[in-house]
Amino acid sequence: MGKVMTGARMIVEALKREGVEVIFGYPGGAVIDIYDEIYKTEGIHHVLVRHEQGAAHAADGFARSTGRVGVALVTSGPGATNTVTGIATAYMDSIPIVVLTGQVPTKLIGNDAFQEVDTTGITRPITKHNFLVKKIEDLPRILKAAFYIAKTGRPGPVVVDLPKDVQQAKGEFDYPEEIHLRSYNPVYEPHMRQIERAYQLLEKAERPVFLLGGGVISSDAAPEVLELAERLNLPVTMTLMGLGGFPGDHHQSLGMLGMHGTYYANMAVANCDVLLAVGARFDDRVTGRVDAFAPMAKIIHIDIDPTSIQKNVKVDVPIVGDCKRSLQRLLEVVKEVGQPKKYWQERFKDWWEQIEIWRKRYPLIYKYDPNVIKPQFMIEKLYEMTKGEAIIATEVGQNQMWAAQFYKFKKPRTLITSGGLGTMGFGFPASIGAQMGNPGKLVIDIAGDGSIQMKIQEMATAMQERLPIKVIILNNGYLGMVRQWQELFYERRYSQVSMAVQPDFVKLAESYGAFGMRITKPEEVEPVLKKILEMNTLCVLDVIIAPEEGVFPMVPAGKATTEMILV
Amino acid sequence: MAERKCTLSVLVENTPGALARIAGLFSGRGFNIDSLCVAETLDPTLSHLTLVTRGDDQIIEQIIKQLRRLIDVYKVVDVTEEGDYVEREMALIKVRAEKENREEIMRICEIFRCKIVDVSPKTYIVEVTGDQNKLQAVIDLLKPMGIKEIVRTGTIAMKREKKTA
Repeated sequence: MGKVMTGARMIVEALKREGVEVIFGYPGGAVIDIYDEIYKTEGIHHVLVRHEQGAAHAADGFARSTGRVGVALVTSGPGATNTVTGIATAYMDSIPIVVLTGQVPTKLIGNDAFQEVDTTGITRPITKHNFLVKKIEDLPRILKAAFYIAKTGRPGPVVVDLPKDVQQAKGEFDYPEEIHLRSYNPVYEPHMRQIERAYQLLEKAERPVFLLGGGVISSDAAPEVLELAERLNLPVTMTLMGLGGFPGDHHQSLGMLGMHGTYYANMAVANCDVLLAVGARFDDRVTGRVDAFAPMAKIIHIDIDPTSIQKNVKVDVPIVGDCKRSLQRLLEVVKEVGQPKKYWQERFKDWWEQIEIWRKRYPLIYKYDPNVIKPQFMIEKLYEMTKGEAIIATEVGQNQMWAAQFYKFKKPRTLITSGGLGTMGFGFPASIGAQMGNPGKLVIDIAGDGSIQMKIQEMATAMQERLPIKVIILNNGYLGMVRQWQELFYERRYSQVSMAVQPDFVKLAESYGAFGMRITKPEEVEPVLKKILEMNTLCVLDVIIAPEEGVFPMVPAGKATTEMILV
Repeated sequence: MAERKCTLSVLVENTPGALARIAGLFSGRGFNIDSLCVAETLDPTLSHLTLVTRGDDQIIEQIIKQLRRLIDVYKVVDVTEEGDYVEREMALIKVRAEKENREEIMRICEIFRCKIVDVSPKTYIVEVTGDQNKLQAVIDLLKPMGIKEIVRTGTIAMKREKKTA
């Protein structure tokens, strides 16, 4: 027999049982009972955001940076709808968050009551699963299932819609230790036969490429990736979501592939004969024109989600399983067969020579200018001065791509970026979540002047929590990525991309009580970065960059990845 | 790749929203639903859904995988893929039955083993059960008499057991 308590109390108890210490939220009429319980509870820290979208992104940033489930709590109606972009962002990148939304009392559902929306209806296509709790008896089991579903299999967001009368009703709190759902059984263990087939392809390969996606990060497979890559002497490339899955400064790293990937990564993939893809889903930004993607390659594809396999490209050896476990099994086969390291060194020697030729021909470069700060220079300096060890959140657009290209992420869970949905305004609230989950670590948001304005009000949140986040605004006065497309493909018709009126970011930061500073010259970069990296407060650095700098290489949408526009 | 018709037999948790999830999956990903039939099973916690869709092999593979990915979906079987199966649909057809064609309609019903379930001075309601070809044949024959209304159930299907031990 469980203890009798209210639904609101059960929610707080369930959070404790799930080990939740931080939640992000915004109160309102339909969740006031839960907020009353939070007021009375020790051990759950609530971060009050300034807009519910920020709560969802912060929970997401917390989850990405820690590997634990992030939690957001919002009220019904507009509270719930404001989280929609945040939920969709987490869904596209397979991030485990649980969003608790208030709902009008069950007897009013469907009546167009005040602050009522069909939350489960709205969020159905952007959640891994969602629940509307109609009876207090169902509440403990649903809360357990929500966390279980969010973090197992291919992770994803789960919404639990909580009518006010269910929060106020009393019931027995029997929180299950474990839960079994008969209709949900993710496969973790790969099929050994397929692993052996994968090995046979690799052993006979002449020009292999090892491609990492976000699944490597979410399954914590980086150690296995490193071991396999080094042992087999494989060139490694990563999708945006896979960055950090393999050290970016490792000589076997080719960096990112795809639309803004490196020349040598795209050339290697275009010419490889075996592609070992792990936890990637062959998004259009990665493949370019699909029929020209790795045209000569036999493709081995490891993914926990069967729907990702054979969806966009034809796969020769499909392997459904957890990335980490699958790579462990593959390593077992590698060791069992026992080809010496020399075998792989010799075998891929010519291939590596070719790759080095590509790498030398078109390295990742930019033209340094002593009179104006180049964004790439800014990020290079940031990388040097943080030794590649900071947690970097980004917004979306040019700032994101420059960060992906020039910050050589060394460890998993250090790049916090909206890959699939491409959500502007994500980075700053996500960095709040990341800093809450990683106190004492250096957390930096690389922003653009457009993106930062989408969620700039969260400065108040960061100040209220005394979070020493560093926001670096790469300010070109443009919606830079759209401007770049207009420059290249629309004959420089710069339609609605000029941000002619901006707030004074320095004064704005100061008005929130944060530290603000503006730099315009390359020689200011190093001393100012040094200064703010040592400061223990929210810092906003307004970096005036070359206004029409572009992100290169670039594969135009729909073109083959070998048809790159270089600098 | 060639398009083919595909009949899926799907067991789902009998929970609110399960059907909406499936319908949303089809509309959201641009898959077709030709017909859809839902009812309880012997186990009241599960619903059975027969879904007729079409697409090339890759699309049908995606449809099946995407259905299986839904948390509420317990089991998906491609009945058409698995070989021998029984497929049935029922239609109620309200047909004009004037003096001169009442006999003819009854003869058609006899041949196709249909039932006349309602008789009014000027109409019959004909109940016909069978596979899609049979239904189409009956409809084509009754059309000249004047069909006033037609309601179809959509297909249900079941795999046949092996005939040898």
